[in-house]
Amino acid sequence: MPDVVVVGAGIVGAACAYYAAREGLSVTVLERGTVGGGTTSRGEGNILVSDKEPGPELALALASRTRWLELAAELGPDRFELEEKGGLVVAASDGGAAALTRFAAGQRAAGVETVAVSADRLRDHEPNLAPDLAAGVLYPQDMQVQPVLAAVSLLAAARSLGAAVVRGEEVVAADRGPDGHLTAVRTRTGRYPTGAVVNAAGTWGGEVGERLGAPIPVLPRRGFILVTEPLPRVVRHKVYTADYVDNVASDDAGLETSTVIEGTRGGTVLIGASRERVGFDSTMSVEVLRRLATLAIRIFPFLAAVRLMRTYCGFRPYCPDHLPVIGPDPRVPGVFHACGHEGAGIGLAPGTGALISELLTGGRPDLPAFAPARFA
Amino acid sequence: MTDFSFDGKPIPFRPGQSVGAALTGAGIRSWRSTRRTGRPRGLFCGIGVCFDCLVVVDARPNERACLRLAEPGMDVRTQQGTGHDDLEI
Repeated sequence: MPDVVVVGAGIVGAACAYYAAREGLSVTVLERGTVGGGTTSRGEGNILVSDKEPGPELALALASRTRWLELAAELGPDRFELEEKGGLVVAASDGGAAALTRFAAGQRAAGVETVAVSADRLRDHEPNLAPDLAAGVLYPQDMQVQPVLAAVSLLAAARSLGAAVVRGEEVVAADRGPDGHLTAVRTRTGRYPTGAVVNAAGTWGGEVGERLGAPIPVLPRRGFILVTEPLPRVVRHKVYTADYVDNVASDDAGLETSTVIEGTRGGTVLIGASRERVGFDSTMSVEVLRRLATLAIRIFPFLAAVRLMRTYCGFRPYCPDHLPVIGPDPRVPGVFHACGHEGAGIGLAPGTGALISELLTGGRPDLPAFAPARFA
Repeated sequence: MTDFSFDGKPIPFRPGQSVGAALTGAGIRSWRSTRRTGRPRGLFCGIGVCFDCLVVVDARPNERACLRLAEPGMDVRTQQGTGHDDLEI
């Protein structure tokens, strides 16, 4: 009987499994699809501090970033294409520049490294930027990984510590004892006796929570990404426009777009970011693609002569307050949640996994902002 | 017979033939070098999926030779790497 069952083999489930196994717990991971096949594979693999305002999420992001660097050292060099590339946030107008400068000052006070870049120095950092941008801020701590490789590497490390990963298993219910405590997790075909389950089902965490008797309000927020043909290293940092931060925090249900551009180790350039609340509708939207392309060309004019190879979309797991759900469920003892990270799941995964493993081993980390109790 | 030019040499083709088919018919099997190690590449899947048969057509890189219809007078050239050495890095 495993000490803990982790539901979901995305980046967060993989991190939970790894840290729990490292603490000596026996871990079974259940995944209904493929490793990293959900939202983990639908973003850009960002590990960002630049887009977070001071508060609990930024604190988790900073702690998590340190853990990513440790993981890169522990799991072997270059297992998941960790690149300490840094982020460059640009403002197109003077008003945007003033807002960006204020935002960065607040972050600096919270421990984020920021470097102000004046308009005439922007192209020292990114030679291909449009010449008429107002200002920028460089965030040296922003990083990127290949997120599916990262999930696979973490799970492989967990397995080498004794964890089991079972694919094709969809969780349907929880069994509880007379005292109400979890006693087993049921899947479509089997039953896994355990005293603890971690809901790391990402965008599907609301549904899994419901099945475990512990519903939480995690909903999908669709985003498209355009993929260019492979290019030389024409984009050095993660480059995005200052309005991205406002869009991330927005409660608007309609289409929102901001410009987020970065290269990958493979040479492709990824272009985002759109946000829409349309349920799990994965229909291609030419209108969204057109807007993303137009905005990207505004920042990097050379992209007008570059062709796209493909596009993809995915669903960010968001909660109404845009904070993840991490911690014990107050209704079903033995159920722990680790989901709802919206667009920051890759970056926040190791910190989340470490918190969950601390909880599972009897620790009591202070998690008020993330506590599932806020929805119960 | 109509021709297009491949690295300056005339390549005959029949109407409706792809650039890749015409090149292969002329005995040419590779028209691109890979980005990292410069290995030769030509047709692989032949149906537009694998992006292996990339070639420069009328100064535009990354055309899939298997999909691009041959046209009289086209200037087709071997593609080196990404075909975008013009971009500043």
